[in-house]
Order: sequence, then C-alpha cells, then structure tokens
Amino acid sequence: MGNGTSIGRVRGLGSAHEGTHHWWQQRMTAGANLALMLWLIVSLVLLPSLDYGTLTAWLSSPLAAVPMILLVISVFYHLKMGLQVVIEDYERDARRIVLMTLLNFFAIAAAVFAIFSILKIAFTGAA
Amino acid sequence: MASARNENRPLSPHLQVWKWGPHMLVSILHRVTGSGMATVGAIVFLAWLGALAGGKECYEWFMDLLTVKSGAPNIAGYILGIGLTLSFFQHMMTGIRHFVLDTGAAFELKANRNFAILTMVVSVTLTVLLWGYLSYDRLIAPPVENTPIQVETK
Repeated sequence: MGNGTSIGRVRGLGSAHEGTHHWWQQRMTAGANLALMLWLIVSLVLLPSLDYGTLTAWLSSPLAAVPMILLVISVFYHLKMGLQVVIEDYERDARRIVLMTLLNFFAIAAAVFAIFSILKIAFTGAA
Repeated sequence: MASARNENRPLSPHLQVWKWGPHMLVSILHRVTGSGMATVGAIVFLAWLGALAGGKECYEWFMDLLTVKSGAPNIAGYILGIGLTLSFFQHMMTGIRHFVLDTGAAFELKANRNFAILTMVVSVTLTVLLWGYLSYDRLIAPPVENTPIQVETK
C-alpha cells in the first residue's frame, strides 16, 4: 500500500480504511449461494424420496457432500454479513456489541455443526 | 460510541414523506426474507442436517414433526416449506436485482419500477411451480376410496 500515487493509495478505501471489503465479500458469497442453493433445491426435488436411506446414500457421495460443505461455508458467511448490517442499522452501543458477538458465535458454531453433520453422514451414513 | 442525540432536534425526513413504490417494497422484502432465512431457515436447516446425522430414528422423528403419515407436509411443514422457498426465491430475485443495480444499470424510473415488480412476479411463480411439481402426484391421483368403517358387531 506504500507505493503509487496518492490517489492510487486511497482509491477504494473510505474513511474507515476498509473500503469495499464487506460489500465485495457479500457479492462473492451471493453468487456462490445462487449456484449452490439452486443445485441443492434441484437435487432434493429430483431425489425419489426424502427418507433416511435415500438422503444418506445421496449425501455419502462426494459429488453431494463437497457442494454441501461449500454451501454451508458460503451461506453462513453471507448470513453473518447480512445480519451484521441489520444489527449495525438498528442497534447501538452495548446492545450492538452483545448482538454482534452472539451473531459471530452463532454463525461459526452453526457452520461447524453443519459441516460435522455432513462429514459424519458422508463417512458413516451409507447404510 | 457517542450516542447522545438531542431529542429536541428534528430527524431527517424518513419513511413517511415518500410516495410508496415497488422499489421500496422489494428493498424491505430483501431484508425481511434475508433475516427470516438467516434465523428460522438456518435453524430448520441445522435441525434437518443434525437429525440426518443422528441416525434413522432421529431423522424419522424430525420428519414426523413436519409431515403427515402419507409423507405429505402437515400445516407446520407447509408454512415452513412454502414460507422458506418463497423467501428464498424473493431474496434470490432481489439479490439478482442488486447485481444489476451494482453495475449502474436499471436506475431509470420505469425500468427500476418494472424490475422491482418482476422480482415479486418471478418469486411467486417459481414457488408455485416448485410446490406444484412436488404435489403433482397427489393432485392427479384418484381420490382415495372410502373404506367402510369397521363396526364391531356382536
């Protein structure tokens, strides 16, 4: 960041010195969500049924488990950023810090729980 | 962190001074559907995945909460299912609208208005198509014949 002209150094950075990072990440995950969620909906609708055997057999395939893990990462990161903006808009001071902490804990714990569940089914589920 | 706002000072013109348009509605819908999916949707998704990982009995207990005996959704299943799919399609369409707006396009009054309305038309259409497809077999199936009630006779 130390090189270039003065305009080059500040371009894309606002007064917060963070610039478009949040916005860009939200758009990147939005694009990934679009592809992965449509894949999930189409996959589930095309399955012959949603019973235990069918679903675990489906999720035991790497072709289902890997996109599912990618979906969880992308969706929960997007979810965290989206709710963060809502909290920033409506809450301030101590409440904002508490809610932001809870949001981060929830998003990370939920994503780890979901990924563990997928891996457990993928490695042991095919009965 | 200073939040000391002088309560005597007027607020800048806010919601009440604007004439309502579809662009305002879809903007609010984007936030509402996003927040709904991030909370209710996330919990349903985690419960479904966790129940699936928990084994056959666990998963069947979970699915029993949302379905009737034939496998069709019950009231809760329909409310969550249709609510979340409609939310997803609306959020998806307004998200695509955001992508277009990000390029600097579709800010002309008429185009903006039409695109905003289009997001709602498409989201409802996709939801109807999805649930129509899911329910198709039941819709065309012949009505279940009434089996006579077995009366215990002495």
